[in-house]
Amino acid sequence: MDWQALLLSIKLSTVTVLLLIPLALVVGRWLAYKQFKGKSWVEALIMVPLVLPPTVVGYYLLVGMGSQSWLGQWVEQLTGQQLVFNFTGLVIASILVNIPFAVQPIQRAFETIPEDIRDAAACCGMSRLTLFFKVELPMVWPGVLTALVLCFSHVLGEFGVVLMLGGNIAGETKTISIAIYDSVQAFDFDGAGTMSLVLLIFAITALALTTSLSRRLGGQFGHRNR
Amino acid sequence: MATEIADLFCDISQQAPIPLQAKFHCHAGELLAVVGPSGGGKTTLLRMIAGLSQPQLGTITYGEQTWFDAQQKLNQTPQKRHIGYVPQHFGLFPNLTVLQNVMSGLDHLPKSQRKQRALDWLERVNLNGLPDRLPNNLSGGQRQRVALARALAREPAVLLLDEPFSAVDRETRERLYIELARLKSQLSIPVIMVTHDIHEAQLLADKMILISQGVMLQQGKPFEVLSRPNNEAVAKQMGLRNIFDATVVSQNPQHELTWLSFGEHQIATENAPALNVGEQVRWVVPNQGIRFNAITSGRLCRSINKLDVEIESLLVMGETVRVIASVAGVEHILNTEIPMHLCQKLGLAKGQKTTVAIKSDQIHILYQS
Repeated sequence: MDWQALLLSIKLSTVTVLLLIPLALVVGRWLAYKQFKGKSWVEALIMVPLVLPPTVVGYYLLVGMGSQSWLGQWVEQLTGQQLVFNFTGLVIASILVNIPFAVQPIQRAFETIPEDIRDAAACCGMSRLTLFFKVELPMVWPGVLTALVLCFSHVLGEFGVVLMLGGNIAGETKTISIAIYDSVQAFDFDGAGTMSLVLLIFAITALALTTSLSRRLGGQFGHRNR
Repeated sequence: MATEIADLFCDISQQAPIPLQAKFHCHAGELLAVVGPSGGGKTTLLRMIAGLSQPQLGTITYGEQTWFDAQQKLNQTPQKRHIGYVPQHFGLFPNLTVLQNVMSGLDHLPKSQRKQRALDWLERVNLNGLPDRLPNNLSGGQRQRVALARALAREPAVLLLDEPFSAVDRETRERLYIELARLKSQLSIPVIMVTHDIHEAQLLADKMILISQGVMLQQGKPFEVLSRPNNEAVAKQMGLRNIFDATVVSQNPQHELTWLSFGEHQIATENAPALNVGEQVRWVVPNQGIRFNAITSGRLCRSINKLDVEIESLLVMGETVRVIASVAGVEHILNTEIPMHLCQKLGLAKGQKTTVAIKSDQIHILYQS
C-alpha cells in the first residue's frame, strides 16, 4: 500500500474541488439563466473532456502547457518552475478535465429554480448576492454535492491525463492510480489489490452518501413548491 | 420604502420579443385588472412595471418618480421601485419558513421591527400559527396568502398580482376573493392584477384593461367594457355571444332612440352613436339585456323589443343554464345564460315557443374596425 500516493491523490482531489466548485457555481448559474447566441457551442466545449480519451486531453495539455508552449515558457520565466511534471500542473489539468463533472450538475440544479422565485426575490429588494446565498445556494445544494463527489472521485481515479502530464514522480505526481499501475507492472498484486479495494470502497461510500444526502436535501423543499 | 402614495402611469410599446402596446393610469387605491387570453402579453406587462423586463419604448412613472424612460435610457431596478409582487406560482423561497419568507422582503427595516411586522401581516391574511412551516407543507391557498403577506408587509408603492387565483382550487379561490376585496378596501396604493378570467375582473376590479395579442383593446370600468365593448374583438373577448347584423332604419336624436331592422323585426336601441339611415351595423347584447317570458304566466318585463323564439336546447352548466333559442323571422340564434332557478321558475323547456324582450338600453352598436 503506497500511502504517499494515496495522500497525494487526496490532496490533489481536495485542491481541485476547492478551486473548481466556486468556478462551476459561477459558470453553471450563468449557463442556466442566460440565453445567448452560441450557447450550445459553449456547452459543447465544456463537455469535450467527457468524450475525448484522457490521453488525448493529456496530450493537448502537455503541448499547451509544456516548456515549448508560450504559456509554459511564460510561467517558467515568472516562477522558475515548469508547468508540467509537477503538482501545480496536475491541479491545472485536473481542473480542466473535471469542468464538465462540476458544471453539469450545478447548471441543471440552477435550471430547476423557477423564474418566479428569482422575480420574487428581486421584488423583495434582495441583491443578487443575497439571493445567491439565501435562496439559490440552499436550493442547488444537492447539485453542488453531486458535483463535489463526482469531481473528487474522478480526480482520485484519474490515470491517463496524470500519466501524460505528471509522469511518475513520487510525492509530486505519483497518484494512487499510477501507484496501482506501477504495482501491477512490478507483479505486486497484493499492493495493487489493497489500493484498488480502498478506491472501490471510497467510490461506493461516496456515491451512496451523495444519493442519500441529495434525496434528503431535495425532499426537504422539493420541486412541488414553486 | 415607499415615501408617498401616488398614481402609476404606464405608456409602453415594443415590437420584439413579443409585440406589446399599452397606455393606462392606475390611481392610488384602485384595483386595475389586466384581462386577456393567455400569451397576450399580460404577464410581460406586469414584469415591465416590476422592472423585471424592459420595454423597447415608453415611460413608466410612479407619482413624481420615473421608473422607466426609454428616451432618457433610465430603468430603475425592481429593488429600487419598491413594489409588492405576487407571481403566478407565488415564488415562495422553499428553503425558508413562512416567517422567514415574509421577513425576506423587510431588509429595509431596522432588524428589531422585521419579525413583528411579518407576524402582523401573517395575522392580517389569517395565517397566524404557521410561521415555522416550510412552504412545501402548506396548501395552495395558504401559500398564496404567504406570498400576499410578503408583498404587502413591505408597504409597497404598487402591488402587482399575476393570476393570483389560478393555482388554487375553486373553494379556496372564492375565499381568497373575499379576502382580497377586504384587503383592497384597506390599501391605498395602486393594485394591478393580471387575470384571464373576466369574472374575476368584474368581481374585484375598479377598472380593467383588455389586452389581446399585445394590443390594448379597451379600458374602463368592467361593467362598462362588458356592456359597451368598443368593437367586436372586445365583445368576443368579454365572452359576449349575441352579436348580430342589422340595418339602421331611423334615428331620433331627441329621444336618443335608434331603430334597427333585424330580419323582419324592428328593434330599438338607446345611446347609439350618430348613424346614417340604411347603414349596416353590428350590434351586441349581453346576457342581462335578454329577458325570457314565463311560459306559464305569460308575463314579460316591459320592453319595446319583443321577439318570438323557439327554445332549441337547454344545457345545464352547474348553477346556470345555457339557453339556445332560434328567433322567428331571423336566421340568427340567441345564445344566453340564465340562472337555473330562473329557468325553472319560467318553465323553459326544449321545443317550447316563448317571447324574449331585448332591453333597448342594453343593445350596443359596435364600431366597425
